[in-house]
Amino acid sequence: MQEPLIFTHSRTGRSAAGQYPQAAAAEVPEKFRRKRRAELPEVSELQAVRHFTRLSQLNFSIDTHFYPLGSCTMKYNPRACNQFAMLPEFLGRHPLAPDSVSQGFLGCMFELQEMLKEVTGMKGVSLTPMAGAQGEFAGVAMIRAYHRARGDMERTEIIVPDAAHGTNPATATMCGCTVVEIPSLPNGDTDVEALKQALGPRTAGIMLTNPSTLGVFERRIQEIAKLVHEAGGLLYYDGANLNAILGKVRPGTMGFDVIHMNLHKTFSTPHGGGGPGSGAVGVGERLLPFLPIPIVGKDGDRYRWLDATDVPQTIGRLSAFMGNAGVLLRAYVYMRMLGRAGMQRVAEYAALNANYMLARLKQAGFDAAYPDRRASHEFIITLKRQAKQLGVNAMDFAKRLLDHGFHAPTTYFPLLVPECLLIEPTETEAKEELDAFIEAMVAIQREAEQDPAKVKGAPYTLPVRRLDDVRAAKQLDLTYQRG
Amino acid sequence: MPFIPHTDNDVREMLAAIGAPSIDALFEEIPAALRIKSLAGIPEALTEMEVGRLMQQRASRDGRPLNFLGAGAYEHHIPAAVWAIVTRGEFYSAYTPYQAEASQGTLQLLYEYQTMMASLTGMQVSNASLYDGASALAEACLMAVRAHRKSKSARILVPAALNPTYVDVARAITEGQNLKFDVLPYDTKSGTQQAAALDAYRGQDITAVVVQQPNFFGLLEDVDAIADWAAANNALLIAVVNPLSLALLKPPGEWGTKGADIVVGDGQPFGVPLSSGGPYFGFMTTRMEHVRQMPGRIIGRTVDLDGKPGFTLTLQAREQHIRRSKATSNICTNQGLLVTAATIHMSLLGSAGLEKVAAASQTQTSALVAALTRIKGVKLAFSGPRFHEAVLQLDRKVSDVLEALAKRGIVGGYDLSRQYPDLGNALLVCATETRTDDDIAAYTAAMSEVMK
Repeated sequence: MQEPLIFTHSRTGRSAAGQYPQAAAAEVPEKFRRKRRAELPEVSELQAVRHFTRLSQLNFSIDTHFYPLGSCTMKYNPRACNQFAMLPEFLGRHPLAPDSVSQGFLGCMFELQEMLKEVTGMKGVSLTPMAGAQGEFAGVAMIRAYHRARGDMERTEIIVPDAAHGTNPATATMCGCTVVEIPSLPNGDTDVEALKQALGPRTAGIMLTNPSTLGVFERRIQEIAKLVHEAGGLLYYDGANLNAILGKVRPGTMGFDVIHMNLHKTFSTPHGGGGPGSGAVGVGERLLPFLPIPIVGKDGDRYRWLDATDVPQTIGRLSAFMGNAGVLLRAYVYMRMLGRAGMQRVAEYAALNANYMLARLKQAGFDAAYPDRRASHEFIITLKRQAKQLGVNAMDFAKRLLDHGFHAPTTYFPLLVPECLLIEPTETEAKEELDAFIEAMVAIQREAEQDPAKVKGAPYTLPVRRLDDVRAAKQLDLTYQRG
Repeated sequence: MPFIPHTDNDVREMLAAIGAPSIDALFEEIPAALRIKSLAGIPEALTEMEVGRLMQQRASRDGRPLNFLGAGAYEHHIPAAVWAIVTRGEFYSAYTPYQAEASQGTLQLLYEYQTMMASLTGMQVSNASLYDGASALAEACLMAVRAHRKSKSARILVPAALNPTYVDVARAITEGQNLKFDVLPYDTKSGTQQAAALDAYRGQDITAVVVQQPNFFGLLEDVDAIADWAAANNALLIAVVNPLSLALLKPPGEWGTKGADIVVGDGQPFGVPLSSGGPYFGFMTTRMEHVRQMPGRIIGRTVDLDGKPGFTLTLQAREQHIRRSKATSNICTNQGLLVTAATIHMSLLGSAGLEKVAAASQTQTSALVAALTRIKGVKLAFSGPRFHEAVLQLDRKVSDVLEALAKRGIVGGYDLSRQYPDLGNALLVCATETRTDDDIAAYTAAMSEVMK
């Protein structure tokens, strides 16, 4: 099934006329005026609705498919979160409206800050970062500000394990730091000896994901925290995998000084085809003065925005207003619905689903990257053997899974495990769904043994087959040209 | 258990397959000393009905005051179809289209969006979104430094009449990379940037000049003169624009003889509710020659194995998941769902509809200014051509007036006096097409009372 571009439905003079006012002409002096209209579609309301509805049907999504994309926590997005965040009063509230007509909204944000402090073991939270990567930016910028405030100007190195998300090193660079990469051990833990070598008077801090992107818990975290702190550095917690430990262990207790949380992962706000996210940051005592603004404060029973007059050493503002408020409201509703016990169940059942899938896939003959370890909320299968013996690689398995009606796991990340599939089922999937996925993997393995070309040609049942990425990058076609 | 489907029997079978005695045993690799028993500070769970009641109470507490505040976020009518489609699960609950074959809906929509934004801004290419307008300006400044290879200064000229929060954000985000921002004064008579103020920098190494159209005061800048100055002085030109205004105003690609190099702004006026400041989306368009320096996702059209057209993420070698510490930006998740809203919004309204919305907003703002300036103690600060915002000067403290208006159910505008003390008791007001003549009369009546 394919849907033509909306521009091909367009006819001059057609429009959805009920959508806009029939106003008089604007007063714009000649020199400022637009001479030729932009080439936007001219379609009826029905044509637009049908076109975009059809486009939606070309997507896989959580609502339609099992979506075990590792490190992305594609869990069910409860509809109530959307509905209650879209109450007309919330949608209509201007971001700069006076505090006196914003107490209801600010109350939700204040309580959200408090709940996030509780689950992370941090002393202060700012909700303003608009995605995980911006939360990382805020975190590293705070670490730098901390060292600078102490006159410790030489500390500009950020240590990053080789398994880290690409955003970690990219963030360090964006903050003007240099990146020192350290390896992981064959068992998935950080190489503490390499860490010792990397630490020194230039160390600003270390960025860790725990459980790591290898799907295992970093067992020597207390020792790592001690080493980094003794060397004068701070510890940054990448919250991408917070879902795995919610209510079980707090990053603050592990020794982390700063954390970002991906509310669109752990707290189930929608991923929206690539955002919006929300990357709220939490900090320990030392970094409190540097939190990004604005933050919601409370004087007596009144809530108010804290700005640079309240937080004079702040790293500043990262968005025009206060970040992705609507996302924050959704996370707030979700947390209230989960409650104290529900949050712990998130980690428990996420771990149960991941370990179950790992066990079953191992029994079915697949190779786990870390066979002797417990899975966190995700795990890695390596298809190195299949690639070598059958010529069928991780991407081929991923594409064939699409034909079986499953979104592919994360492929080729982390980079250090060859031919890997990073699989994260999340706690909201039922056992039957996991079993069906495992059966599909077994069927693809069998097919790869009997007819590898068939697997390599997948997918066959989607709107398009494999796309020519080289052509896409060489013969750039980034906009539709009429004519 | 909310959102967890497991039966007791499922749990038993799954633990047996794992060979673990209990769910708790799955956490055995976490050092015991670190483990916690419970989250005492988190309240007990609420049912959907209970949380619905709570949220309605909170919402009702804030009510729905009559809004005349813009300053970077604008209340426009959003066609019912926009969010009915945006909240379809297939858009709402999908993620970044890494698996192109299973994401053609999102990818094609983003390609259509790129086409619309390029045409609207008069540029050649668009990315598929940044976080918001302010952070988009920060990314544009960083991009200018990369793209302008001959300039070594990393010095950016910004007008004082540019949204001051945008400048704050640009400073905060570029802080580690040694960019220098020089703020140019605006002309106190016209409220706009004069090319003469730029002349102090003639002959110097300037990486980029920023201009906002309309500027923060709602006024139209002489963008042709500024663009020509930038071109003559070997600086790149970064345009910050309200996309709705481009239905009426000359697109940045046509400014001066050469046009802008990078165009950014906030896409909120296209189908995105005010919603306390987000989620909105930042847009960025540029010339083809700069495309490899552009941050964020870019979608390209290509063909599949059978030669059928299809869409995919392209030029990924710029991005953090490939290039890591050498990426153009650390951005990963962006604002895809809001771009979805904007694309549907632009398709429903078309150029003709956007023109009407823009014109109606301008007309209503003029009516508002005319009505308010009839009140003693209220006068218009700048009389030049404007879009849909205006600066008023009051004979008393703006914050007191705004507080008194709020008590009367009116959000009266933006207090400029903190960031622009030289303007005195200055108030920035805005009326869009959503403000009726009755609304304006209500504001005028309330203001008359307050100003007594």
